[in-house]
Amino acid sequence: MAKIIVVTSGKGGVGKTTSSAAISTGLALNGFKTVVIDFDVGLRNLDLIMGCERRVVYDFVNVIKQEATLNQALIKDKRTDNLYVLPASQTRDKDALTQEGVEAVLNELSESFDYIICDSPAGIEKGAQMALYFADMAIVTTNPEVSSVRDSDRILGILQSKSRRAERGEAVDEFLLLTRYNPSRVEAGEMLSVSDVEEILAIPLLGVIPESEAVLKASNAGVPVILDSDADAGQAYDDAVQRLLGKELEHRFLQAPKKGFFQRILGGR
Amino acid sequence: MNDACFQLKGSAVSTVVLELYHYDSAADFADLLGDKVRQAPQFFQQSPVVISLEKLAEDQTPDFGAIVDICREFHLQPMALRGVPEPLIPAARETGLALVPSNTRNTELDMSPPAEPTDAQAAVVVKKVVEERLVSHPTKIITRPVRSGQQVYSEGDLVVLSQVSAGAEVLAGGDIHIYGALRGRALAGVNGDTGAKIFCQNLSAELVAIAGNFILSDSLQKKCWQESAYVCLEGENLQVHKLP
Repeated sequence: MAKIIVVTSGKGGVGKTTSSAAISTGLALNGFKTVVIDFDVGLRNLDLIMGCERRVVYDFVNVIKQEATLNQALIKDKRTDNLYVLPASQTRDKDALTQEGVEAVLNELSESFDYIICDSPAGIEKGAQMALYFADMAIVTTNPEVSSVRDSDRILGILQSKSRRAERGEAVDEFLLLTRYNPSRVEAGEMLSVSDVEEILAIPLLGVIPESEAVLKASNAGVPVILDSDADAGQAYDDAVQRLLGKELEHRFLQAPKKGFFQRILGGR
Repeated sequence: MNDACFQLKGSAVSTVVLELYHYDSAADFADLLGDKVRQAPQFFQQSPVVISLEKLAEDQTPDFGAIVDICREFHLQPMALRGVPEPLIPAARETGLALVPSNTRNTELDMSPPAEPTDAQAAVVVKKVVEERLVSHPTKIITRPVRSGQQVYSEGDLVVLSQVSAGAEVLAGGDIHIYGALRGRALAGVNGDTGAKIFCQNLSAELVAIAGNFILSDSLQKKCWQESAYVCLEGENLQVHKLP
């Protein structure tokens, strides 16, 4: 039986797809057979971040409508073993997702995979609800700013009331992934701190991903940022994956880098 | 997640109430109703009406069938009978209208001077008080955070063992206890209990209300903000006090 993990946030643009790509790659690198599914039907992005956009023939909606088999639609990642991508349809909308169809696909994937990562669309409507309904675990991606935190709180409420686990009286395991964190701006009082967000959302912290130029670079290149082991964001995602697998690691990149002597003299950043 | 095709909701509908005092004959009733309807025919056109028997003189047995027929003749739509006395219930059922209990919380002003309390009335009052005490609502206990967009209602007291997030709403007929931060809205005594109180470990609320009297966070920030506090109604004003 695979573990189904939804990467969700409520708000758009906070880093759900970047995080889905990084975490699924990280799990595969650790030897787990992993599939990442793009639930953002109509606004397909995951294939770009994973660098497999030119190899999309069949998609998730084709499989739901039984126009293609899972094996035809699954794209094997070229860089990482054990990693597969199930892309969304670009020409359809969220109504193409049916609960029975999604369930059938997830059941079939469960037989052969260890982890199923569901990359949720933004919002709290049908697409997002489909992505989270079958989840065993939720990674709530949040930026350190008030509107993102509020939306994450909302999606946590939906996880508590509208997921399959909730309907069965069980709880979805919830984790906080704080992305685009900028310690200098936190110190300047311009950004919410880790403890502020933890206090408001009251769920365990999976990781803090520092704001990094490497993320944009990786997205444009179609390489999940976790593969950039020189970048702080890549290392932070790697830490998050290790924590997901049960290791206890201290959170890194929470302090602003100290300026060197010359930087202080010259006022450089 | 199922897209249900309907949702059951409670709602108050205001209608015309026809209060019957006494009933002598169908002809008298028709004449009188005709006069009333002619005064404002537009108002009564297809208007739903509840026929109330709460003030009907004792020992009267009105002909429900005739009343309903006459109402329909004048384009009224009888939808329910209210406060039907026990012996008349079988006859009332034959009309096919809904039977609703008498309005115990009558909001209309009673203009008649209060009658001298007699022993019999006192006995009734005592009985009523005892009955109301017996109908106690269980306390609802919530162990997980109440998240933004969620709403929790308890007919009795409400205890939240976690936080109430901004954008969440907790309502109770009785008191509300929050063993965490209150960042959302809390409304106690929603059925009019002015003695209801709100207790919380960290008062950061958007709004607190007791029996319909509310204050917003701007006013709350003056006292006990982000501290443990309780809110109660003193006269018409909400007061915030520090928890000892």
